[in-house]
Amino acid sequence: MKFFKNLTIGQYIHKDSIIHQLDPRIKILTTFLIIIVVFLIDKWIGFLIISAYLFIVIILSKVNPKYVLMGIKPLLFIIIFTLLIHFFTTQGEIIYTIWFFTVTKEGVYRGLFIATRLFLLIMSTSWLTLTTSPIALTDGIERLLSIFKIIRIPIPAHEIAMMMTIALRFIPTLMEETEKIMKAQIARGADFESKNIVKRIKNMIPIIIPLFINAFHRADELAIAMEARCYRGGNGRTHYRELSIKTNDRIFFIITFMFIITVFVLKFI
Amino acid sequence: MFIDLKNVSFTYNLSMPFETEVLKSINLSINKGDFIGIIGHTGCGKTTLLQIFNGLLEPTEGKITIDGIDINKEKDKLKEIRKNIGLTFQYPENQLFEETIFKEISFGPKNLGIKDDELEERVKKAMEMVEMDYTTYKDRSPFTLSGGEMRRVAIASILSIDPEVIILDEPTASLDPLNKKSLLKLISKLHLHYNKTIVLVSHNMEVIAELAQRIIVMDKGKIVLDNKPKKIFQNYVEELESIGLSLPQITYIMHKLKKIGKPVDSGILTLEEAKNEILRVTKRI
Repeated sequence: MKFFKNLTIGQYIHKDSIIHQLDPRIKILTTFLIIIVVFLIDKWIGFLIISAYLFIVIILSKVNPKYVLMGIKPLLFIIIFTLLIHFFTTQGEIIYTIWFFTVTKEGVYRGLFIATRLFLLIMSTSWLTLTTSPIALTDGIERLLSIFKIIRIPIPAHEIAMMMTIALRFIPTLMEETEKIMKAQIARGADFESKNIVKRIKNMIPIIIPLFINAFHRADELAIAMEARCYRGGNGRTHYRELSIKTNDRIFFIITFMFIITVFVLKFI
Repeated sequence: MFIDLKNVSFTYNLSMPFETEVLKSINLSINKGDFIGIIGHTGCGKTTLLQIFNGLLEPTEGKITIDGIDINKEKDKLKEIRKNIGLTFQYPENQLFEETIFKEISFGPKNLGIKDDELEERVKKAMEMVEMDYTTYKDRSPFTLSGGEMRRVAIASILSIDPEVIILDEPTASLDPLNKKSLLKLISKLHLHYNKTIVLVSHNMEVIAELAQRIIVMDKGKIVLDNKPKKIFQNYVEELESIGLSLPQITYIMHKLKKIGKPVDSGILTLEEAKNEILRVTKRI
């Protein structure tokens, strides 16, 4: 029994590719820009251009496209739900009637449009996490956030980055532990597959309580371990690997920017 | 034959980039009343094998029959099987969650639909089996106990289901010597006094050598040796060392004695046996 199989969101797959070697700051920034653009697009041609861009990035990253697509799975329900809501609730030319639900032409169009938008949003973030190691990612975020320090907005960039590193680090540990506790309780006769929802929620207690207790213990131990190694926060902390913008990063950024400009030009034609 | 495995293989993350084959065509049968020790290095597939024993993991290949039930075919009987095969994981104290020890130990039998007087009887018996006093402990919170006591409660919470077979994964891990000793005594009592079939997993040779009647040595997902402890420690020293396992220290001494020409039995496993053997040999000389 495997409870978390096929969960690829937030997972990093190590490969030796141009995309993997890009500076995380550039990757985060471009992803951010692409997300904004995906929200602003109002024509199919725009989606087509962004899809082409993501396709090229994924091919260059050498990550099996199957895994990128698998990232959709946990959100498939939301996508289908949105699709159906639009199908049935949009006013317009009726093309099909089931009982008192009516499907309109405009509904189908809008539903597919929004679903594509969601799909591209997930794709554009999942390539980032698939090709950037958690450490590089948080490092990039820290450096990007420290821009705020220059313009005198006090944001604890290092602390945020450290929290993220720790959180990301413990996701697999907690998942493993949940699975282990679940198995241990199943071995004691617990039933997690009951049809009754109230019963099912009640049956979560034997998992949640041990999980929390262990997580608190672990947090405590981690804090002590960090202090024992003289961790004192971000002030004056240096990095083993300094980030630097190279030619490849510039080229990548310019190419992305060109794609974005194309989308905007087509938007106003 | 109570548990019977035929050509059982298991692969984690099948057809994913992290695919790992942890068990490779395992053939094994466990009889009622056995005391089996499974030994092997970290990552050799011990824990996976245990989970296969009570249907928590489904093998990728092969056939498992438990008490005459083919678990791959009759999934609705899994609960019945788990009632008969109690499994305690490594660090079982991490699964405790109830407010009182009584509630904790009654969780298992309650899930099986046992109520009132019988429930109390079960809890009492389980606590007796792990040598904890019912009246002093029943209303205490399991989280106020010491590590060794918590582990006993966790084991009692499996015993209260009243399984035929008890599988223990590293039951003595990170316990102090005193607690370790008393826990092992307790396990041995479960076998001798309460007639339970025991499967004990450990990478500590001393523990296994002292208790088990049959030892299964695993390496890289395969069963390398399956024999009586005496036979294994007498004849397979090189095999054991080549996979990075060592004999009990006392057995090494006996091997050395034999090497220098003393007519001792090299299949000695415990200090007590060694003492008697050396006395026997020296007297004869």
